[in-house]
Amino acid sequence: MNLFLDAFGWLFAPEQWTGADSIPERIGQHLFFTVIAFVIASIIAIPLGYLIGHTGKGREVAVAISGAARALPSFGLILLLVILVGVLQIGPSVTAALVILAIPSILAGAYAGLESVDRRTIDAARSVGMTEWQILTKVEIPLGLPLLISGLRSGLLQIVATATLAAYVGLGGLGFDILQGIQTRNYPQTLGGAIVVVVLALLLDALFGLLEHFAVPKGVRGARGGRIASEAKAPIEAQKAGGVAQGVSAAGR
Amino acid sequence: MSIEFRSVSKRFDDGTLAVENFELTIPSRSITVLVGSSGCGKTTLLRMVNRMVDPTSGSILIDGDDIANRPPVALRRSIGYVMQNSGLLPHRKVVDNVATVPRLNGVSKSESRARALELLDTVGLDRSLADRYPNQLSGGQQQRVGVARGLAADPNILLMDEPFGAVDPIVRTELQRETLRLQRDLDKTVVFVTHDIDEAFLLGDQVVILQKGGIIAQKGTPAEILAAPANDFVAEFVGADRGKRALHVVSVDGRDVLVDSDGRPAGRLVPAPDKAEALTASGAPAAQGERAS
Repeated sequence: MNLFLDAFGWLFAPEQWTGADSIPERIGQHLFFTVIAFVIASIIAIPLGYLIGHTGKGREVAVAISGAARALPSFGLILLLVILVGVLQIGPSVTAALVILAIPSILAGAYAGLESVDRRTIDAARSVGMTEWQILTKVEIPLGLPLLISGLRSGLLQIVATATLAAYVGLGGLGFDILQGIQTRNYPQTLGGAIVVVVLALLLDALFGLLEHFAVPKGVRGARGGRIASEAKAPIEAQKAGGVAQGVSAAGR
Repeated sequence: MSIEFRSVSKRFDDGTLAVENFELTIPSRSITVLVGSSGCGKTTLLRMVNRMVDPTSGSILIDGDDIANRPPVALRRSIGYVMQNSGLLPHRKVVDNVATVPRLNGVSKSESRARALELLDTVGLDRSLADRYPNQLSGGQQQRVGVARGLAADPNILLMDEPFGAVDPIVRTELQRETLRLQRDLDKTVVFVTHDIDEAFLLGDQVVILQKGGIIAQKGTPAEILAAPANDFVAEFVGADRGKRALHVVSVDGRDVLVDSDGRPAGRLVPAPDKAEALTASGAPAAQGERAS
């Protein structure tokens, strides 16, 4: 309990909140990596997921690759990429690792969203004369949006948690305090840093939870659409819970 | 707007032969019902008309033009389509669902909305339902919206794929009556698919009874089919020799009463000089005598 009190003591000390290496600056660095990786991962994974979901082709391959990518140890991946790409390209290497880790969740959200749409609804849309593009943009995407956002949500959490590891290769971020705390045996600092990561992750999670709620099309809210959606969501939720735990525990190693 | 099937065959990718050498002419401005048990190819035939399914061989002509030359999307927008479970877009309001096709065709939002509201009147729905979502409507109301959507672009051809299969019997009877009323007013070429022979006889000007593989067991007006079933399959399918279709005359107090095979009175025999002719011409269902009490 003392450790927690000390951690909060460290956390709320005025010197952590102003100047160089302060918590706001660390949060800024952390979010910088997070946002860049998140945007790149989304640009890659959403169109690909939609292609798979709309055509129904390549699903097995996507599931297999996503599954394998989820099993990747994040710390190992970052170190591997830094070594492969070169020590001079640390920023891009870390970003690439974060992108790779986030893609499976976002990809799954995108194609699961499209797959959750009732086949009869799509058949009807085609029967009345919608083009494939119109079916995608006017039917599949709006109806699949909640699951996509759910996927984005877990992908983002994965990145936020894993970005902690950027400190290991000298890129700062919230991992810096965790790491420095371990090295100098200043465990309140380690715990304080971890708490900030957790709070940041929870805030982002809440934000996306809200988005997810509002993304459910009006006519679908209620019992009927909800059942299908929550079934398809289960694997993404499981992934999400695992993601944070994995990232935080990896940071604590 | 006649529709002509010329030796149409369809083999699906899995090897099933859905229909083989199917020949049929569907006359314009009347209701043709394709009726048969599941697996007889009736839905496949219907979906070939708007190119949701393309035939493996043979051709389908609308007013003499082969539809294989028409782009599927444009063709579908020119043909009304009503399906089971309404097929409405769950995230769009009733009025927007009805306006779907005009909107796709580039009609302005206000104009398609006005047209959609008129169509709600046409299919007997209150305009107050316009801003509801499909899942806030009953099954019967959803089917009406489905019909309104099918009519929205004012198509000459209306395809109906078991549209009343999923609603309860009372609502179904009501919707069938409405369909007949609509057809009297709108005069479309309607192709209607069902597995219910009573529905087929009630709605069809021409009834086509299908056997497995899209083989036509018999076609004709309901009266013709009832009067002379082509073979045992048809007789069995329409139940010509039993139940309420097998009527005989019993004299009660000097009056002729029609009694079905279970001995229940079905109606009274009354002189109807013009009816016999009307039956073969318009295909009104046979034996619709006054109900005896």
